[in-house]
Amino acid sequence: MSPVHDQSYRRYAGTRRPPGQAWMVILRHGLRTFLARKVFLGLLLLAWVPFIVRSVQIYAVVTYPQAAQVLPIGPGMFRDFVDMQGTFAFFVTVFVGAGLIANDRRANALQVYLSKPLRRVEYVAGKFGILALSLTAVTLLPAVMLLIMQILLAGSIDLHRTYPGIAPAVIIASLLRVAVPALAMLALSSLSTSSRYVAVLYAGLLFVSEALYGILTLVTGSTRVAWVSFSRNLDVVTDALFRLPPRYETPPMVAWLVLVGVAVVAVSVLERRVRGVEVVS
Amino acid sequence: MDAVVELDRVTVTYGGHVALRGVSSQFPPGAVGLLGPNGAGKSTMIKSLLGFIKPTDGRLRVFGLDVAASPLEIRARIGYMPENDGHVPGMSAVSFVAYCGELCGLPVDDATRRAHEVLHYVGLGEARYRHVETYSTGMRQRIKLAQALVHDPDLLFLDEPTNGMDPRGRDEMLDLVRDLARHKGVNVIVSSHLLPDVEYTCDHVIVLDKGRIAAAGTIDELKGPPGRVFEVRVKGDVAAFVARLTAAAIECHDTDDDVLRVFVPGDPPGPGAEQQRICRIAREAGVQVRHLRPSLPTLEDVFARAIGER
Repeated sequence: MSPVHDQSYRRYAGTRRPPGQAWMVILRHGLRTFLARKVFLGLLLLAWVPFIVRSVQIYAVVTYPQAAQVLPIGPGMFRDFVDMQGTFAFFVTVFVGAGLIANDRRANALQVYLSKPLRRVEYVAGKFGILALSLTAVTLLPAVMLLIMQILLAGSIDLHRTYPGIAPAVIIASLLRVAVPALAMLALSSLSTSSRYVAVLYAGLLFVSEALYGILTLVTGSTRVAWVSFSRNLDVVTDALFRLPPRYETPPMVAWLVLVGVAVVAVSVLERRVRGVEVVS
Repeated sequence: MDAVVELDRVTVTYGGHVALRGVSSQFPPGAVGLLGPNGAGKSTMIKSLLGFIKPTDGRLRVFGLDVAASPLEIRARIGYMPENDGHVPGMSAVSFVAYCGELCGLPVDDATRRAHEVLHYVGLGEARYRHVETYSTGMRQRIKLAQALVHDPDLLFLDEPTNGMDPRGRDEMLDLVRDLARHKGVNVIVSSHLLPDVEYTCDHVIVLDKGRIAAAGTIDELKGPPGRVFEVRVKGDVAAFVARLTAAAIECHDTDDDVLRVFVPGDPPGPGAEQQRICRIAREAGVQVRHLRPSLPTLEDVFARAIGER
């Protein structure tokens, strides 16, 4: 009698994808994991509440034009909306990003990943994609939807004719709130084997830089020192993008340099920390 | 037969420490054991072949492909079972193994089917829906083998595959390795300090010591002809006896059981001549021979000689 099913090892004769696409596997799996968590879904839903509030505001102004005096629709509203989404981006960054590499380091998964046909940059790209797409869902996506909603409710693109820079400003300011925190968090996550420690470290760095800004502002009596605060740099750049009166005296070029510097340092840390073997000299 | 792995004057240095010193070797197809004491350079060699460590000098080839130039093509054809625990956290065994298959380029459906198959093959069929974090040490060894096998590699690197396993699990793991090498056409390189494991699973061995190759060849060749090794137990001044043996160019190694394993060099001049020579040396050293009998050379003898020669 022959067995119903041969359970011994069999060679594989099927197809294989060419190398270079493993980052998509990491991204798909990571997103599926987070979307299965109720806390994450709750956070996503909560992040869309400001969109609903602003949509109601736009509807009210379109229906009752005199309401525009109290609730004006213009670059300022969109800037405030992008700023508001930054708060949700912080929580998503901590919740999603803290364990992305730290958990792999704790479970020695890096040597498993990197023994497969994928480059280190693919691994980082996959992990970055998980956090970046999660952040996009609470920053860029609602902001772009709000732009569309404004056009649909107003029934015209007059606002964009008057302020042609709104759409690019919304997109660039939102992308900055995705890319820079995502890179910074990934770099921190690669430094530890504890996701909790990484979460505390990220929050601590933001709060410390904010506290430092407060102290220096008190001492100097000027907001030129806003560049020491991570989130204020984003605000400075956002004001410049929306061509609105700046809230801080820090030149936008300095804020850009700080943000680029954070990104460069993060990439450098990732380059050193994401390896199949840790060499102790 | 083309070599599966070739090393050409490979030197690997960490800071000031030289882990591999100008190593040149060829690994033939089949099962090859990589032996050596701790710090000999076994893991460094495997990690260099995987591309984790860049050699300071020399070239490494796997299936004729240069490791530095074609790392992805090579890794698509090899499987690696690391020495330490390694898994992607938060996954069941079947999800983890299927995920590894997808990372290696298998379509989702094929990766899932292969994951079920290899988990059955390694003996985790019943436990495949459990989270890897809940696995025992022995089960973790098996899942490491499963993740290395899921994409059907042509070459498997097994780093201490029986670490932490109970005797029964160890036997089963060794049977799997042997089956893969002998019946499934998978080339295997087993890095281990457990000589019986290597002797059971491999045909060839490469002995590393202090970053250099101390011995290489088939196990039968390295063991040499039988009857040249003797087990000797003596009463009296063992140190003086060993000193006299050494002075007579006869190698001698202690074992755990108070028995000396004595290697007599050269061709035997006649039947019983070697035993008589050992007895004569014992008499000169003033010790009493209590036990003397020919022994079959083992891989431990090969290892002891290779390491002792350096």
